[in-house]
Amino acid sequence: MTKSWLKRVSATDVVMWVVSLIIAGIVIYGSISSLQSGKYDGNTWKDLIVYGLTQGSIYALIALGYTLVYGILRMINFAHSEIYMSGPFASYFLASALLTSGFMDKQPWLSLILVALFAMFSSMVIAVSVERIAYRPLRKAPRLAPLITAIGASFFIQYVFKGLFGAGVKNYPELDVLKGQVNIFGLEMYRIHVIVLISAVGLMALLYTLVMKTKLGKAMRAVSEDKDSAALMGINVDQIISTTFAIGGVLAGAAGFLYAIMFRQVSWYMGFIPGLKAFTAAVLGGIGNIPGAMLGGLFLGLIESIGPTLFLAGLGIPAPNQLKDVIAFTLLVFILIFRPTGILGERLATKKA
Amino acid sequence: MKRLFVVLSLLVAASMLLAACGPSTPPFECKDALGCVDIAPGAPIRVAYAMVVEGPDASLGIDSKRGVEIAIDDKKELLGHSIELVGENTGCNAEGGQAAATKLAADKSIVAIVGTSCSSEARAGAPILSDAGLTLVSASNTAPDLTDPAKHVAGYARTAHNDKVQGAVAAEFAYASGVRKAATIHDGSLYADQLQQVFANRFKELGGEIVYQAAIAPTDTDMRPVLTEIAAAGPEMIYYPIFVAAGGFVTAQVREVSGLENVKTMGADGIFSPDFIKAAGENVKGMYLSSPDFSAFGAGYTDFLKKHETKYGEKPLSAFHAHAYDAASIIFAAIEKVAVKDADGTLHIGRQALRDAIFATKEFSGLTGKLTCSATGDCADPKIAVYEVVNPDPATWNPGAAADSNPKKVYP
Repeated sequence: MTKSWLKRVSATDVVMWVVSLIIAGIVIYGSISSLQSGKYDGNTWKDLIVYGLTQGSIYALIALGYTLVYGILRMINFAHSEIYMSGPFASYFLASALLTSGFMDKQPWLSLILVALFAMFSSMVIAVSVERIAYRPLRKAPRLAPLITAIGASFFIQYVFKGLFGAGVKNYPELDVLKGQVNIFGLEMYRIHVIVLISAVGLMALLYTLVMKTKLGKAMRAVSEDKDSAALMGINVDQIISTTFAIGGVLAGAAGFLYAIMFRQVSWYMGFIPGLKAFTAAVLGGIGNIPGAMLGGLFLGLIESIGPTLFLAGLGIPAPNQLKDVIAFTLLVFILIFRPTGILGERLATKKA
Repeated sequence: MKRLFVVLSLLVAASMLLAACGPSTPPFECKDALGCVDIAPGAPIRVAYAMVVEGPDASLGIDSKRGVEIAIDDKKELLGHSIELVGENTGCNAEGGQAAATKLAADKSIVAIVGTSCSSEARAGAPILSDAGLTLVSASNTAPDLTDPAKHVAGYARTAHNDKVQGAVAAEFAYASGVRKAATIHDGSLYADQLQQVFANRFKELGGEIVYQAAIAPTDTDMRPVLTEIAAAGPEMIYYPIFVAAGGFVTAQVREVSGLENVKTMGADGIFSPDFIKAAGENVKGMYLSSPDFSAFGAGYTDFLKKHETKYGEKPLSAFHAHAYDAASIIFAAIEKVAVKDADGTLHIGRQALRDAIFATKEFSGLTGKLTCSATGDCADPKIAVYEVVNPDPATWNPGAAADSNPKKVYP
């Protein structure tokens, strides 16, 4: 028994075990010494967790767009990061118009909602147009073709925005109603963080209900399982795919809006890095899997925020924050080694396209 | 494989043949060690810029490029030839610097280069340009490393100050204003890393304490975790000599982190720009920025500002326009010194001779002062001041020492 077990172990397995043991050791030792150093009090950890969750919920909202499209078309929509960028960028103009007209000071909440809706609408329009122009004509083409048009669409949108609105950064208006702290269950939290968290969670819950409980959701799931059979059952496949892109666009627009009110900078290249991170989050959670994208996004945001302080600061590594991507992606690699389909698993129909 | 070899060798032979029977009887023989640039009568003298003119840090490069353009306008013509400005975007990173340098080095008609903008670009790009026989004069590279005798490349000079001066002035100001505990942030770039280190060393020498030296990536947007880490160390001032995009995020988020509500903030010449104020928002009020001391510039500077206003309809975008003007002027003066005109009116500029002439610059009166180049290419007459941003509205940008200036000179 023991012998056959030994036989099955290859050198690669041993190396993987050793490496993962070392990493686990670093993580555990680093965490313990960071926590024991007494340099950081409970408040610091609470802040880091809140920062991680706010950033993570933005990743999660973008990741949902990747995952929805992958679930239904088995393709990665690389233009999604630009769909995310176009929402807040377009709404920036509405926001600054409202600010200069003075409407924003009189009706801050109403104008915030208007700006948010406009961001979601713009992203949705771009998402649906990208699908119509760049992907639908290639529905029957080999799978690599839409991937390339996706990259093309991404560059096209980026440079159109750059050409139209300039290469510099634009400052999103700062609103008084978003400033200050509120007390939630005895925790002092910034109002803006509370708004971001509540909106993100609300949107995710809405999406989950939409996909799981409504007729439209059922149709989406049917198309995702088998397009041809779904069409035979009387489902308009093209329309469902368009709707899926629209939903992904709305979520991306919302994510962009939340990002813009939190960090107050928009620019034509702002989509690239968050898009990459969100794609990572989608893979981490299990691509095609809706709860997986949410979980992956939050996990990635949290690790980026807490990781450097928790794992590395205690080891005496100077300036650990520049290594946050290293930490996040190392963990990603290891999660994918042990769970190749992501944390919650890839949810694909048995009959793949 | 064999056929490919035959084709290649034929090509090489053909090009050699062509090169050999180019000008039939050259009346001028180039004896320069690095070769010559030949400019036919009526053809322009081509000078190139290698600057960051696109992307988030574009204000730095565009500002310098305008300085060069005004220098060309002022010069009008050089030895009977017009001056043509060509160039490449360098992106404010090592990869961009390398790519731009490779492209510029391939163009044999370029006489000299004004650039680069960011120090990392020069670290990667200067060796390529220097090996190609070109000489580059930077208007805004300030990292001490670049003119360090051990690391200096032969064709590299600069009119910008060395950060050994800027970092020290910043530290002296911080100490004089009562700060005893400071933290620094750099973005891994050559410029920021070295500048914060000079600051830290000088600040410690003066008796202050550096409580934390943090680093971020230039593409980061969420600075709250790193600021939280800094807050735990309890600094009275944070010094972050980084660039516009990341600097804007740090400034915008610093007050949101508990423990940093009243911390003083200070940046350097890389973010001395209305673009930065735009990116940073309200929190920028009260922030200190070190930069060249415009009030100490020569008499020609007021005139320059007037030309700038007429030509571009706005105030300079960043801190190094005058340095760029001087860099271009030094190059023009050196060309005038070494260019040889032959019988048919063709102008010949020896590359080594030009380089030597630039390095021999002595007591050159430029906009930024009296410039004298050292053997390792430090040509600046460094005068550094510290400014305070008094108004977060970028439209009020008007650096100076007057009562209505923004940012306003506070030190020395």
